[in-house]
Amino acid sequence: MKLSKAWLVAARDFKIFKHQKNMLYGLVIFPVIISIIPSAILNYAVNRDPPLPAAGIPPILDAFSIFLIIGSAFVPLGIAGYTIVGEKVEKSLEPLLAGPLTDGEILLGKTISAVLPALIAMYTGGVIFMVGTDAVSYPSLNYYYFPNWTIAVILFLGMPAATIMSVEFGVIVSSRVNDVRSATNFGALMFFPFLIIYILGQTKLITLDTETMAKISVILLVIDVVLFFISTALFKREEILTKWK
Amino acid sequence: MIEIDNLSKKFGDLTAVDSISMNINEGEVFGFLGPNGAGKTTTVRMLCTLISKTSGNARISGYNIGDKDDSLKIRKIIGLVPDNVGLSEHLSAYDNLEFFARVHDLSKTERKERIQYFLEMLGLWDKRNVSVGTFSKGMKQKLAIARALIHDPQVLFLDEPTANLDPEAAKTVRDFILDLKKQKKTIFLNTHNLDEAQRICDRIGILNTKLVSIGTPKDLEDAVRVRKTVIELEQVTDSVLKSVQKLSLPNLDVEGNTITFDTIDSGSKNWPIVEAIVHAGGHVNIVKVVGSTLEDVYLKLVGENQ
Ligand SMILES: Nc1ncnc2c1ncn2[C@@H]1O[C@H](COP(=O)(O)OP(=O)(O)OP(=O)(O)O)[C@@H](O)[C@H]1O
Ligand SMILES: [Mg+2]
Repeated sequence: MKLSKAWLVAARDFKIFKHQKNMLYGLVIFPVIISIIPSAILNYAVNRDPPLPAAGIPPILDAFSIFLIIGSAFVPLGIAGYTIVGEKVEKSLEPLLAGPLTDGEILLGKTISAVLPALIAMYTGGVIFMVGTDAVSYPSLNYYYFPNWTIAVILFLGMPAATIMSVEFGVIVSSRVNDVRSATNFGALMFFPFLIIYILGQTKLITLDTETMAKISVILLVIDVVLFFISTALFKREEILTKWK
Repeated sequence: MIEIDNLSKKFGDLTAVDSISMNINEGEVFGFLGPNGAGKTTTVRMLCTLISKTSGNARISGYNIGDKDDSLKIRKIIGLVPDNVGLSEHLSAYDNLEFFARVHDLSKTERKERIQYFLEMLGLWDKRNVSVGTFSKGMKQKLAIARALIHDPQVLFLDEPTANLDPEAAKTVRDFILDLKKQKKTIFLNTHNLDEAQRICDRIGILNTKLVSIGTPKDLEDAVRVRKTVIELEQVTDSVLKSVQKLSLPNLDVEGNTITFDTIDSGSKNWPIVEAIVHAGGHVNIVKVVGSTLEDVYLKLVGENQ
């Protein structure tokens, strides 16, 4: 397997993405929402009368942080839908499969083309989130809440793991659906486990601390490995041409 | 160049390709003819290592299609234009070619030269930066062939390249294939257009799950050569009809004012028949003997193997 070949496949997708306005909007809107809205809410909370006490700020920031993982699971779905189902609609997979690329190179290329833009968008969102909330909360806390270990675990374990999970899920869904919209709709199912984690956190059944985040990340990584085997089994020339109807 | 040996493909219980054997020589344009569902696409996909074979074997340039390492080598030396062109609609003509040139490891200067060569030849150079989605079907088909040729493959597989094209676009694509033929490219052409096969191909194989027949267009015609005598009359009256029916002619067919039957003894026994018609009061306008066409051969062979 040559990385350079996989990169070619990804680079071609990036060129195609430039023309997919809807997808680009999705790439921008979600990170903007999850980075700007928390700062705005926090800004309201610390400036109202009576203001939110300093001790109340960290739990809110931790709760917001988990949205970075949720976003990481969401954003690549749209891209994975375009990169694989879109290609299926155009029937452009067959010449690609007839070229001197291995199944692994094509799958890796497709994975990169969905993971990379999603992570860049979400990291940008993450940085804006940290800077924005730090700026708003500093006067009350007298220290910068971010960066901290919890967010480090989220940024470097949780977000990539969630992104990869989402893309692999996208590959599996793509093998069964024929239009970009249903691929994305199917992917929305992924929202539920994260919603449950969020609710558990809010109801104090779990605390969203560094340890919990690390555990969640490890679970995500395990799911990644399982999905990896399923998606590579499905992403074979024969399967694609004869069963991906 | 291509050696096929008892190659079969089954999809579950359905046999799509049944034990075909044939060889295609270097520099040959081979036409693979057959009705819908005959297994043409399935055969090409097996040869291009896109789907696995069920049994038998095939080799391209000595590489085995069933072998994993050989598969990659085969894909380096072939070009495929699938039945649905499969271009990236959102990419420009140039980028479509550029991508495949890169996939095939062409150097930067080679890429530039070859892309320009093809786009100029196809009259698409001015549109090189336009999204392929805006192209006509004929332009797309030509571009897809250029894409398949970008790395100068040893064998080019074309799956029904003129289907769904209007006559003019079909002609430009056909002319392009004829150009390639002059350059001695080995071409495997799937088609159900007999006329096209006859005009372009050196040899034709007729497929209907099994390989029904194979040979030059002329071989095939000769193999089932039936010449027909056609007699056109002013009018086929009852008495004329009775008189010809009495002669018990092979495959007699009366349609409107025309009587047709299989020619006996190369036409040297036509005169007694004409005489009988005249005797019965018929006014004969034209008597002619016509040869069988490839279409007759095709329909006959496919019909026999239904
Ligand atoms: N993936 C598949 N699964 C099951 N059956 C298939 C599959 N692909 C093809 N077939 C069957 O195999 C047979 C041969 O199909 P194929 O597409 O090779 O025919 P063809 O000669 O290319 O026909 P056409 O002229 O319509 O393109 C058909 O009966 C078809 O239904
Ligand atoms: Mg076909």
